[in-house]
Amino acid sequence: MSNRLLVSTRKGLFTLAPASGNDWKVDNVDFLGDPLNLAMRDPRDGALYAVLNLGHFGTKLRRSDDDGATWTELSVPEFPEGCTLFANGFAAPHDARSKERPAVLMEIWSLEAGGADQPGVLWAGTIPGGLFRSNDRGASWTLVRSLWDRPERAKWFGGGKDEAGIHSICVDPRDTQHVSVAISCGGAWTTRDGGASWTNVSQGMRAAYMPPEMAFDLDAQDPHRMVQCPASPDHYWVQHHNGIFRTSNDCTRWEECENVQPAGFGFAVAVHPADPKTAWFVPGVKDEKRYPVDSKLIVTRTRDGGQTFESLSQGLPQDHAYDVVFRHALAVDETGSRLAFGSTTGGFWTTADGGESWTQLPARLPPVYAVCFA
Amino acid sequence: MPRVLFTPHLQRHLACPPQDVDAGTVREALEKVFAASEPLRGYVVDERFRLRRHVVIFVNNRPITDREGLTDAVGPTSEIYVLQALSGG
Repeated sequence: MSNRLLVSTRKGLFTLAPASGNDWKVDNVDFLGDPLNLAMRDPRDGALYAVLNLGHFGTKLRRSDDDGATWTELSVPEFPEGCTLFANGFAAPHDARSKERPAVLMEIWSLEAGGADQPGVLWAGTIPGGLFRSNDRGASWTLVRSLWDRPERAKWFGGGKDEAGIHSICVDPRDTQHVSVAISCGGAWTTRDGGASWTNVSQGMRAAYMPPEMAFDLDAQDPHRMVQCPASPDHYWVQHHNGIFRTSNDCTRWEECENVQPAGFGFAVAVHPADPKTAWFVPGVKDEKRYPVDSKLIVTRTRDGGQTFESLSQGLPQDHAYDVVFRHALAVDETGSRLAFGSTTGGFWTTADGGESWTQLPARLPPVYAVCFA
Repeated sequence: MPRVLFTPHLQRHLACPPQDVDAGTVREALEKVFAASEPLRGYVVDERFRLRRHVVIFVNNRPITDREGLTDAVGPTSEIYVLQALSGG
C-alpha cells in the first residue's frame, strides 16, 4: 500500500508520510521556493520524477533514483525545428498569437509511465499541445508527430492557458499500445498502435461555450481531466468544463451525467481502482467564478456510474471556504479507500474511508497543483 | 575577450561561473558557453535559441535589443550579464 503522498505546490515538493491514526504529516520538502507542476513515482522501478516550472528559466524535469535523496536533471521535451503554432482566430491583431509562430515548450502538463512491458518508456503531455515519448527514462524525448501533425490541431485552443495542452494520459493496462490523452481544448484522443495513428474519441461530449451548432464539435471539447479505471479499462471518467461525462465502452460514446448537484463544474476527478462506477469530484461554481458552491467545500461521489451523486462534507470547511482543486490535485490510492486533495489556497485533506470523513493536514501549504500517492 | 556573467539565481540550479569567450555577438558568446555546459542552454534560451521571456541580458549596462536573434555586438572588454527579469516573479 502506498505510504507516501507527493504534493506539488507553488513553492516546492512536499512529501507527506502517515502520522498517528489516519493523519498525515509533512515529512520532507524538496525544491523549496520553486514551483512544481507535478511529481510522480514510476511503479516499475521506483524512480521519482519532478516537473519544475521555473518562472524565469523554464520547465525542468528531474529524477531521483534514491527515493528523493538526490535529484538528477533530465532533458525536457523540445519541439523540433519547423514545428509551428497555428494563428489563433480568437486573438486580436496586435496579439502575437494571431500569427503563425514557432512552437516552443511552455509547460510539461502531464507525465505518465509507460506499461509494465515497456521499461524506460515515459509519456509527457505539454503546453502547447504536444505529446512526447521517452524510451530512456527521460534522458531524451521525441515528439509524437502523428498527433501533432493532425490537421484538427488547427482547431484546438487554450483553456485557462494561452495554448492548448495535454493534461491527461491513460495507458491501457491490458494493451500498452493503447494510449488515450485528453486536451484542453481539443477533446480526447486515442491510439491503438503505440502512437502511430490517432482518433478523436470525444463523441458525446458537449461544449456549451461554443455556438450551439458547434456544441458537439469533437475538437472543441474541454475535458479538464480524464481518468481510466485500472480494473475495468473500458471505463473512463471526464470532468469536463461543461460537466461530468463517463464512458463504459472504451470511449466509443460518452454519456453526460445530468443534474449533478450542487454543481457539475470542476477540474479534478478520481476513479475507484476496482469499481468503475465509483468516482469522486470537487465541484465549484461554473464556470468563470470557480469557488465552492455556497462557500462550502465538498467532495461529490457517485457509486452508481453517475446516476446519483452524494455530497461528502464531514471534516471539510463549511463556512467561507474558497478552495479550488486543480485537475491533478485529487488522488486515490490503489485500495480505493484513501484519497487526498489539495487546494489553491493551500488546504490539504485526506480520507481513509472513501470520502465519508476527511482530515485536514495541520499545515498551511502553498497553492497545490498536483497530488499523488507514491 | 568578452566576459559572460550569470545571476546568482541561476547558479542556484547549476554551476555557471563567469566565463571569458571569444565572440562578436551575444549569440556567439552564449553558444560557446553552452558548448561547455549544455544543460545551461535551456535555462537561458528556448529551443529556437530565443531569449526566454523572463530572462534579460545586459551588455555594457544596456539591455540587448535583439531578443530573438541575439545579434547585439560585443567587444573585447564587454561584460554580458544574464539576469532574471522581474516580470517572471
